[in-house]
Amino acid sequence: MGAEVVIEGLSKSFGSQPIWRDVSLSLPPGEVSVMLGPSGTGKSVFLKSMIGLLKPDTGTCVVNGTDIVRCSEHKLYETRKLFGVLFQDGALFGSMNLYDNVAFPLREHTKKSESEIKRIVMEKLAMTGLSGAEDKLPGEISGGMRKRAGLARALVLDPEIILCDEPDSGLDPVRTAYLSQLLIDLNAQIDATILIVTHNINVARTVPDNLGMLFRKELVMFGPREVLLTSHEPVVEQFLNGRRLGPIGMSEEKDSATMAAEQANVEAGHHDGGTEDVRGVVPQIQPTPGLPVRQGERRRKDRVMQILHTLPPEAQEGIIESLSPEEQQHYGVRPHQLVGAGQHAAGGSGGSTVPLPTEHHGELPAEEVANRPGDRASHGESGQHTDAQWWSNQ
Amino acid sequence: MTTAAPPRKIPGLGMLRETGKLFALGLDVARGFFQRPFQLREFIQQAWFIANVSILPTILVSVPFGAVIALHLGTLTRQLGAESFTGAVSVLAVVQQAAPVVTALIVAGAGGSAICADIGSRTIRDEIDAMEVLGVSAVQRLIVPRVLAAMLVAVLLNGVVSVVGVLGGYFFNIILGGGTPGAYLASFTLLAQLPDLWISTIKALIFGFIAGVVASYRGLNPTGGPKGVGDAVNQSVVITFLLLFFVNFILTAVYLQVVPPPGS
Repeated sequence: MGAEVVIEGLSKSFGSQPIWRDVSLSLPPGEVSVMLGPSGTGKSVFLKSMIGLLKPDTGTCVVNGTDIVRCSEHKLYETRKLFGVLFQDGALFGSMNLYDNVAFPLREHTKKSESEIKRIVMEKLAMTGLSGAEDKLPGEISGGMRKRAGLARALVLDPEIILCDEPDSGLDPVRTAYLSQLLIDLNAQIDATILIVTHNINVARTVPDNLGMLFRKELVMFGPREVLLTSHEPVVEQFLNGRRLGPIGMSEEKDSATMAAEQANVEAGHHDGGTEDVRGVVPQIQPTPGLPVRQGERRRKDRVMQILHTLPPEAQEGIIESLSPEEQQHYGVRPHQLVGAGQHAAGGSGGSTVPLPTEHHGELPAEEVANRPGDRASHGESGQHTDAQWWSNQ
Repeated sequence: MTTAAPPRKIPGLGMLRETGKLFALGLDVARGFFQRPFQLREFIQQAWFIANVSILPTILVSVPFGAVIALHLGTLTRQLGAESFTGAVSVLAVVQQAAPVVTALIVAGAGGSAICADIGSRTIRDEIDAMEVLGVSAVQRLIVPRVLAAMLVAVLLNGVVSVVGVLGGYFFNIILGGGTPGAYLASFTLLAQLPDLWISTIKALIFGFIAGVVASYRGLNPTGGPKGVGDAVNQSVVITFLLLFFVNFILTAVYLQVVPPPGS
């Protein structure tokens, strides 16, 4: 299982210019998270602070019980072996060919024989679609190949945490889709905690379990993907739709006069830059058939269902809809039930009379469905009734 | 190594901080000499590379250097009537002063600039960061072998410069200046003594270290982009030269206090 990363109150400034302040979040073990943010909000700086390449001014970043910000150098190098980092341009060693690049961590940190190293390297290169290119120097291949080779190198030590700095920049949409699939497959295979820093909306919508966004020197939001995807926070909404209309400007911030002018333009029929309305929760990418089930996804379901009552109604709706009928049954929730519960609380007619889905595809075996800690075994009518009340009380 | 930003700008503070970081790197490198595993391959490659780029310029510089000293001394000693001392002074000047400084200038100018450019371009391509993230210390893996290589080459070249410089002095003094070979050779040990050779070697060692550390430091901290690397290379050579003459002054002063001149 991947390591958990807990970040608390992290702040970083260069000289007198603050980059971001008081960022607190935790990457749940084995889950895929995406950090969004307009260009220049310090996303890469955030990544580098997480692995101790830059020293934050305040705050802690705890990985497996070690505070990266304040630990000794020796401890830092030890902890870094848990990380696999994909840099923006791959950051391959220019003087080595791809094979030696990917073999480098193995040669430095393990006492494996050359034949074993060869087996592992070839496996990782094949995984990233680079078989046959192992003799090429980084200067001789395309940016996309460099990126994939960088990923292969990051994976070679079987990391528990994978950090990707804009895995999609400079890649065409097809390769980006492949890379997204690769990351999800990897997560299914080695159950590593993954953090992707990007500003690609498609990646943000389809890949992660959790989404976060940095803007105006702080973390706007971090939480289950459904929360951000259904959010009405202006910054998040604008960013996810790629519109000009909203608080994000060409330079990082926009004043109210510009905002008003743009609003007027749009009302007068001028296009706002967004291509389509892409709000709402879309299905997440699943591992390629044949690979094991993602353990992180199962754990996440439990975790999210536990905090479900604290989430905004639209996010709850999205989460419940993404569950299969069996899982809905298991957790004792139903689509649209929530709206009903809300109406009920507001004095409207009870919506909780929506019948259960009549067709079940059979109960899942107990071990296929994750157990909610403290599960009240809420199968059947009575359990659902309590759940409905539980939400409406929030 | 970075510290929190100061609330106000104090003049000279930036310079002080840079100096401190340079020293910190120097200490890290010195500690790295004794840490295992030692990067033998990298060390040999770098030593070969630095020797390659600096051996010819060194020889070409040291011949006229020895000659200039010899010519000056030739006329001067003739006027004073101390011709028998020509060889002695020439050897002393070449071995104790000229050789280490010439060596260090060449090692810094040819080898150090190459090291700085190499490390600098690796830094801006994130290679150094990538290496650190893979749990490999860049100082241990890249900098220590380079500094050691610069030191080794400086010591070896110091020997070359001494020999070539003295030969050049001999040539210009005897063949062109019409001096007496016997007197020239016999006077070698009049002023010069064995400790002069030692201090010469030690100077070369220290200068090589400075050249390597300054080049690496500037290479690890370029100020943004490819142009920054160019600037860093330029600065590394200038800083090394400045440090060199300053350290040379101190070493010479200390040496003259510690080791008494012969005959006193």
